[in-house]
Amino acid sequence: MSPNRRDVLRGLGLAALAAPLAACATASRTAAPAPTATAAATSAANPLGVQAAGPLEVVIFSGGNGDKYAVDLHEAAYSKAYPKAKIKHVATQKVGTQLRPRFIAGDVPDVINNSGPEALDLQALVQEGHLADLTPLFEAPSLAFPGKKVKDTLVGGVYENSLIDGVPRVLQYTVAHRALWYNAKLFEAKGWQVPRTWAEFNALGEEAKKAGIALFAYPGQVGPFYQLWNLVYSAAKIGGNKVIIDIDNLADGAWTAEPVRQAVAAWAQIQKDFGDKAYFGLDHTQTQIKHLQDKVLFYPCGSWLENEMAKEKPDSFEYAIAPVPSIGAADAMPYEAIFVGVSEAFFVGAKGKNPQGGLEYLRLMLSREGARGYTELTKNLTVVNGVVDGLQLTSAVNSAAKAQEAAGRNTITDARFETWYKELFDYAQTQTNSVMSGRSTAEQFCANMQKKADELKDDSAITKQTRSV
Amino acid sequence: MRRHGFVAGFLLLPVALYLVFVISPYAQAFQIALTDWRGVSAGLNYVGLDNFRRLFGNDAFWQAIRNHAVLLVALPLATIALALAFAYLLNAQGGVKGSGFYRVVFFLPQVLAVAVVGVLFKAVYRPDSSGVLNGALMKVGLEPAGWLTDQRLALWSIIAVMVWQAVGFYVVLFSAGMAAIPKDVFEAAALDGAGRLTLFFRITLPLIWDTVQVGWIYLGIAAFDAFALVNVLSIEQGGPDGATTVLATEIYKNAFGYSRFGYASAMGVALFFLTLTFAAVTMRVTRRERIVY
Repeated sequence: MSPNRRDVLRGLGLAALAAPLAACATASRTAAPAPTATAAATSAANPLGVQAAGPLEVVIFSGGNGDKYAVDLHEAAYSKAYPKAKIKHVATQKVGTQLRPRFIAGDVPDVINNSGPEALDLQALVQEGHLADLTPLFEAPSLAFPGKKVKDTLVGGVYENSLIDGVPRVLQYTVAHRALWYNAKLFEAKGWQVPRTWAEFNALGEEAKKAGIALFAYPGQVGPFYQLWNLVYSAAKIGGNKVIIDIDNLADGAWTAEPVRQAVAAWAQIQKDFGDKAYFGLDHTQTQIKHLQDKVLFYPCGSWLENEMAKEKPDSFEYAIAPVPSIGAADAMPYEAIFVGVSEAFFVGAKGKNPQGGLEYLRLMLSREGARGYTELTKNLTVVNGVVDGLQLTSAVNSAAKAQEAAGRNTITDARFETWYKELFDYAQTQTNSVMSGRSTAEQFCANMQKKADELKDDSAITKQTRSV
Repeated sequence: MRRHGFVAGFLLLPVALYLVFVISPYAQAFQIALTDWRGVSAGLNYVGLDNFRRLFGNDAFWQAIRNHAVLLVALPLATIALALAFAYLLNAQGGVKGSGFYRVVFFLPQVLAVAVVGVLFKAVYRPDSSGVLNGALMKVGLEPAGWLTDQRLALWSIIAVMVWQAVGFYVVLFSAGMAAIPKDVFEAAALDGAGRLTLFFRITLPLIWDTVQVGWIYLGIAAFDAFALVNVLSIEQGGPDGATTVLATEIYKNAFGYSRFGYASAMGVALFFLTLTFAAVTMRVTRRERIVY
């Protein structure tokens, strides 16, 4: 007997009801079962115990750096090493939106590039045990430098940066320098010198004003954190890295400390005397175009800037980096001190089907071919030391490398409250716009920030992180 | 009985879809509001009314409520006043010359996606000389205004965009209402010596009051949203200093920025009751004797 129309309709209705309900956000009340990923025996050739035929899924944030590097370099290298393994490549610009339901359902990819505006909150993932321990990777022999452990081939701070609750969980893959960017060709043409002190900075501001150029601008609409970085790094220059470490540790009075107040007051003065309030309403692209048009002298950003603006950059412009001028005479760090930090987070899904393969994939990324090829393709330096000799780099990256050399051991540490306490970071951006546009004073900035930090500290629902270096 | 089965057969699918995609997420929001869910776990941990306690002690929440209050008064008032005026001009005594053309022009903003409108007005409000408004101001030698960066202006700038976009729809809605009024009512009043204004306030407005009431509720509900425009236009997502933030912006930030889905759901629940209360209150306040003609 063939089904009549009503049966069909009823069936459709029930199917519609049943299918999505099963996939409902929190339908299963128990944690997803951990998959049975068994490691193969480890050996010298296979230190991480990778199963040769185990499939591997790689999720890449396809932003400014694209995802070509993953397909052409790292996944190709993995296929070469494990020809029997099937690789699934996923490129996305919405990491969080795409992966959140998969974490809930227990269908977790193996390698995840957690970057971009919708990156996942790592703290929440750690609480659920989703992030694999990267210790085996850091302790494994390096593919770039035979005889060395992976850990010992990386630039300083990468291992410390990978720690969450004392366990390495995130590999930051690229190195970025952040400070003030300027047009080296314009400085040459005008015969200007890069200012080393705050007095020189002000004097140059007057000169620039006569030439119709704003000394400094940051994008207030979507990029107030560029200026927040400036404030925090300037404070670190005055009071040493301890200022940032205290802020990250939510220490009492970390924000009301004198170096923070001094740095904020100094920058607010620069904005007031030489800035243009129009930039509070412009986004980063608009501001960066103005910078390329020589309407802005100094722009705070990271060394990815040239890559980002490559299409718009005229020949009359050459990106160069300058450390933030010294604010006081007795600053803890010399003028040359500059921020050297890491970004582009990668982690391995602990509850995926092939966590060993995930670790191995990261090890291949840190091989000579993997890291050097990445720099060649994306013009970004990776965290692997000494693999880029002889490569053609952008003037921005070259300039940053020189600045890092000049800084020597005087590098400004990264502020981790940015990812640890995102709410505090967002609030700080609001406060930055507020103080820079003159709606509040430096003292109010410090007091407001301290109040918010104290609130977070007293909130037992928020997991606290600490750092000593 | 056979007929009931037949009707039910037709209703089953839409009702099932509605249950699954509308009712069940609502119900789940109420459930999640009682937990500290962070969006990546399968299990739920109940924390009682803790999220609501936090909510009522949070400045950003109250600031969003204040902004909604401004929106709730300004948006319907401005939109309905403008729409009524335009609709009356288009309809009274056959309408002004070219009323068909104006009707289309008024309606145009309605067909644009909100994101498009947002980007469009980003160019209009751009703070430097490339901005449409500030460019004009600077040409005539005036100081440029911080349309979206000045705390006192920002919310009004966004309300202006919402009014601009909504007016066309209500012009069409009210036009339809006005067209339905029998001509002889006007003629009789005109014979008795009623002027145009009297005609409008004594005849047109009372006779389309039902339509105005519906418009008021629609606009009120729109005032509880405003998320897309705030997200595209405002600086620092609801800034400066929270001057343009709305509940949906705070929900978005907490859910997808800070992975606090429980707290964000609590805010959603608060928004749900606010919207419901508003609709009920409006219905009650604007209730009148129905005029049958």
